[in-house]
Amino acid sequence: MLAPMLAFTLRRLAVAIPTLLAIATASFFLMRAAPGGPFDTEADLDPEVLESLYRAYGLDQPLLEQYRIYLANVLKGDFGPSLVYEDFNVTELIAIGLPVSARLGVTAMLLALLFGGTCGIVAALRHNRLFDHATMTMAMTGIAIPSFVTAPILALFFGLYLKLLPVAGWNGGAAANMVLPVIALALPQLAIIARLMRGGMLEVLRANFVRTARAKGLPERQVVINHVLQSAAVPLVGYLGPALAGIMTGSLVIELIFDLPGIGRYFIQGALNRDYPLVMGIVIVYGALIILLNLLSDLAYAALDPRVRRTYR
Amino acid sequence: MSALLEVRDLSVRFNVGDAELNAVRSLSFDVSEGECLGVVGESGAGKSQAFLAALGLLADNARARGSVRYRGREILNAPRRELDALRGRRMAMVFQDPLSGLTPTARIGHQLEESARRHLGMNARQARGKALEMLETVRLPDPRRCLALYPFELSGGMRQRVMIALGMICEPDLLIADEPTTALDVTIQAQILRLLGELQRDANTSIVLITHDLSVAAAFSDRIMILYNGRLVESGTTHEVFRSPKHPYTAGLLASLPSLTIDPASDLPTIPGQPPDAMKSVQGCAFAERCKHAMDRCWSERPVLAAPGAQHAAACHLLSA
Repeated sequence: MLAPMLAFTLRRLAVAIPTLLAIATASFFLMRAAPGGPFDTEADLDPEVLESLYRAYGLDQPLLEQYRIYLANVLKGDFGPSLVYEDFNVTELIAIGLPVSARLGVTAMLLALLFGGTCGIVAALRHNRLFDHATMTMAMTGIAIPSFVTAPILALFFGLYLKLLPVAGWNGGAAANMVLPVIALALPQLAIIARLMRGGMLEVLRANFVRTARAKGLPERQVVINHVLQSAAVPLVGYLGPALAGIMTGSLVIELIFDLPGIGRYFIQGALNRDYPLVMGIVIVYGALIILLNLLSDLAYAALDPRVRRTYR
Repeated sequence: MSALLEVRDLSVRFNVGDAELNAVRSLSFDVSEGECLGVVGESGAGKSQAFLAALGLLADNARARGSVRYRGREILNAPRRELDALRGRRMAMVFQDPLSGLTPTARIGHQLEESARRHLGMNARQARGKALEMLETVRLPDPRRCLALYPFELSGGMRQRVMIALGMICEPDLLIADEPTTALDVTIQAQILRLLGELQRDANTSIVLITHDLSVAAAFSDRIMILYNGRLVESGTTHEVFRSPKHPYTAGLLASLPSLTIDPASDLPTIPGQPPDAMKSVQGCAFAERCKHAMDRCWSERPVLAAPGAQHAAACHLLSA
């Protein structure tokens, strides 16, 4: 069983290389096709200074030549210098920002999975009763309210009024500083996960094999744990992979509101500033994360469903 | 033979939106110790729902009324805890479609062992041994290997054998087999029926065989019940029912059995019309509109089962005319 799974994993990782190359190529030319340049915001630069800046960063070369140089550097693991954050190269910026965003994202997702998953399971078991309706109403609200609304409310209430938690700031990743951003990030995820889990459960609870399990005289607890949960988690797994990649690469809104040094800010500001190497670097990292997490979610499918396992051989 | 299961005045209703669907209408019958009872009817006649109700396995939108007694103890709508002690242990059910009826994510061995551990107080090793023994009993080829397989890795016939093993593992008093052979081809069907018969003889288990196929019921059962529109229309020993059917519906079913002596060019005799809508309530006899003997009385007055409990009884006005 393990050998085919390993072969499957290696095959998928091998395919990931051309995929990443395609992502790098597409984002390189798309960035250059956008109007404007990296130094446009610097007011009234002397044309001579501008020209030397372009030369220093190799932007005076023909586009295809720039592309060739860029790819060669990336393959060596060098994402190049940032055009805007002058003292940093892109690798350093990612190394500063990604761990912050990833830590917030993973914590938020675990929280959302724990509470959203539980709510979804209980709601399905109490189908059409009060708990079900209340949870699903709250979940709908959680999905509908954007984080730029919940985040300031959380900061205002717990930070300013109750003075329980810091309003903003990272403080080296102290637990107190993480609480509010993690909650703000987790709420919509929690709501989506609760709905997916409930849907999966309801679908499976109707299945014939659940009736068989009950006909065996198993108590409902054992029916759910041994015969329902594994199949019911399948819709969730497909969602979690890409969602985790998204949440790990940072949320601009949350990072701005709580003043966090995450990667989401670099990405948006890099795009606005035409900081070509920075945007490219983050896009490639994001792409790699998506590919990796999709692979993990395919492996999770295989773990949950023996029929899928067989198709991977 | 004393009654193992006594069903009295059992009704099953489904709420379908604003409407009500009557699947079973005041049904009364007994299942005796050690007997093979064939329950025959078209789809929608209420044969499965009656037994699902007895086991407390109805869908959420269904309600059962009346009385079902197991060895004299009322079990209809009993609390879950009481049902759990009974289901799988004293009364087991084998379902029609063993692919959707077995948990796709659990190995065969696990699904069998679960019952043995729960009801027979066995530890993991004893339960594994019992599971293996059951797979041998139902004559699954290479039973040791099958323990580690998933349902989708077996053929339809093998899956149905696993289903029967699952039903028999705790040696229940009553096994309800709901169309156990419908999804199988004829050869496998005969093998499965023979297997059920052997198990019944060896363990003195009562078996209820639910089927739409009169010939299957005839080959297998001591006694037959014919259901129509949720009601019992005829019951009797298999021999009596086949020799002299009393209800026109039973007679029609018998006449429409294909035989080898029939002229292949001629049409198979059928019962004209459709079974009545379970949503509607019929004042007279539900079969009247399809019955060639229908009289005025049949439309206005519902016939009762003449001589219930007797060797051979039917619900038809012709019998009292």
